[in-house]
Amino acid sequence: MSINSSESLAADSTDAVAAEGGAARAVPHSAPTPSTPSERLLILEPGRAERNYWSDLWHYRELFAVLAWRDVAVRYKQTVIGVAWAVVRPLLTMIVFTIIFGRVAKLPSDGGVPYPVLVFAGMLPWFLFSTILAEASNSLITNANLISKVYFPRLIVPASTGVVALVDFLINLVILFGIMALYGFAPNWQIVFLPAFIVLAVLASLGPALYITALNVKYRDFRYVIPFLVQFGLYVSPVGFSSAVVPEEWRFWYSINPVVGVIDGFRWCLLGGESPLYVPGFLVSLGVIMFFLWFGIRYFRRTERAFADLI
Amino acid sequence: MSDVVIRAEGLGKKYLIGHQAERERYVALRDVVGRTAKGLLRSAKDMIRGRQLVAGDEVEEIWALKDVSFEIRRGEVVGIIGRNGAGKSTLLKILSRITEPSAGRVEIRGRVASLLEVGTGFHPELTGRENIYLNGAILGMTRAEIRRKFDEIVDFAGVEKFLDTPVKRYSSGMYVRLAFAVAAHLEPEILVVDEVLAVGDAEFQKKCLGKMGEVARGGRTVLFVTHNMGAITHLCNSAFLLQGGSLTFGGSAATAISRYLRHAQTNFVATFAPNPQKPSIIKISIDPDALADGDLSVAIAFQSPVELRSVVGGVVIRSATGSPVWGSNPRFHRDKSVVGRGNSGVLTCHAAKLPIAPGQYYLSAWLGDWQHDFDCKHDALFFSVDEKQFGNRPSSELIGYLEWPGEWQCQVTSDPASTMTTTAISIA
Repeated sequence: MSINSSESLAADSTDAVAAEGGAARAVPHSAPTPSTPSERLLILEPGRAERNYWSDLWHYRELFAVLAWRDVAVRYKQTVIGVAWAVVRPLLTMIVFTIIFGRVAKLPSDGGVPYPVLVFAGMLPWFLFSTILAEASNSLITNANLISKVYFPRLIVPASTGVVALVDFLINLVILFGIMALYGFAPNWQIVFLPAFIVLAVLASLGPALYITALNVKYRDFRYVIPFLVQFGLYVSPVGFSSAVVPEEWRFWYSINPVVGVIDGFRWCLLGGESPLYVPGFLVSLGVIMFFLWFGIRYFRRTERAFADLI
Repeated sequence: MSDVVIRAEGLGKKYLIGHQAERERYVALRDVVGRTAKGLLRSAKDMIRGRQLVAGDEVEEIWALKDVSFEIRRGEVVGIIGRNGAGKSTLLKILSRITEPSAGRVEIRGRVASLLEVGTGFHPELTGRENIYLNGAILGMTRAEIRRKFDEIVDFAGVEKFLDTPVKRYSSGMYVRLAFAVAAHLEPEILVVDEVLAVGDAEFQKKCLGKMGEVARGGRTVLFVTHNMGAITHLCNSAFLLQGGSLTFGGSAATAISRYLRHAQTNFVATFAPNPQKPSIIKISIDPDALADGDLSVAIAFQSPVELRSVVGGVVIRSATGSPVWGSNPRFHRDKSVVGRGNSGVLTCHAAKLPIAPGQYYLSAWLGDWQHDFDCKHDALFFSVDEKQFGNRPSSELIGYLEWPGEWQCQVTSDPASTMTTTAISIA
């Protein structure tokens, strides 16, 4: 987000407060100069958006790391087989999907890719997406005690939950490589783009997650919406099947689901050109992802200052 | 001008609260369904408009803080006093950026660390060591800073042996000590502290106060909320008095305290529901007319499910800052003549010309017999002893609660040392 839009945001919400309370004043843009550079002048006003929001976020990077580390550490404490849980879940899902879509429904794979590999390559980004969506959406509520007692940029909380999902993701990636080796399937040069698609998957989930977690603070109903959404999404996204089975005239519109672009991208990277990237559809997904990200961050920032009052 | 670190202008904070309308005694299913539907419709409407949901039938705006303006200079230690609900915590929350003001403006220079709760973010599953890093980061310390102070923190908390034990296995005392130890090693330019002194045992509180004093002497700016007036007089050079959300006084700590106490409600009578299981105090009163004459006259009404053979009452007076001033109980005086007998009755205590200094006091009442304690009502009454004449008496916190003038004489002599034996201070 550019500085421009954040300032217009400040003006927007100040107007809103002024209309409501009638007591707020316009934000003067020239603050008095601080006496020493080391001591930043901080101004708190209704509806004032932080001008150095992003540098503030950078300043709190250690807290981000610590919170992410906490979530990872806590996740595997007091579990017997620990990390194995991260293995069992996708492996079983893969088997079920391979049987249902590959054997029962007899859907075709992409080129010569073994069906389990196709499924797993789709499941990787799906689990990354859905885990972040589910965890981040509840993150503010589960960290309510922090929100109401300490200040830090609230964006850190949902963002740090993404790290846990990434750890699981890396474990799964190793499993995928294992399965690929088992089938004697080697990835191609496209694999170098994998990191970019991982980032894309994270951004795709963070956008809606930020929006929902902010809404969740205000209306707890969204806690119940998420599991449903995730379950639903598993079937409307090309996880258990290749998106090539979608009829050609629908593929463009199918890509409005942002996960479609992410999964297609993953398969393109991992399956070494066996599943070609449908570019117009991918661009649509990309556009939708960016829109949601912008929208999510915008909504989150607009409401985050009131979180402590509502939580 | 440059050493003003916090400047607030017209600060206000508004909250919405809901009220439940009066309910009929007997409700029909039809009414309940109708009401629920109406409520649902209203919440749906609010949600579509993106407004906050408020439970209840009527929504009211309250200003938890209204038009508060002040300036705090570098190195000042400011106490914030006021009754519950006066807006103290709201003010701290705004200053520590947890919540944004609804009106007004604050300018803050320097790094603010707020300590609104001891052990914020402690995770029970993590070990002591891990929690030190976690809590430190949450309070705004960098990893390097925590590593540097790690030994000091562990030492202060006294938990070396349990560093690698999950804190859920800690005793509550250890938990609080560890939590405070982390917080105590924060070194911000501005420290904002809420009633954290209220938790823990007496020793812990003393330790907290000691550390606060250290921080204050270290030249840092400190703002803290407490009900402990003693702490304010010891630590603060100035204090703010908040009443009903407005700042009614800002200035010397002693004046703020005396103003606060003057506005505190006095009550001469308190009634309690009788306890059907055991003997209990049902009413306590002070005779205001006697008080005006300088006598303390207390009556304690009691009721018991069984006949009592030797009822005894007791009273203790504490100063508004919490120090015990005087107490009386026939049990202390071994006075068996006043023992009563029966299921219910009134115990009275008259202390003629009780020499307590003008000021505000709490009265606690106790009920028992020669062996047992039945009931105790702590700080049940709050009364004030008015100044008899206009004087220059310093705060009782400084010179004590006994108003008992010594008889002074002055003898002019050229050889004071040898006349010492004859000069005496006699007490009237």
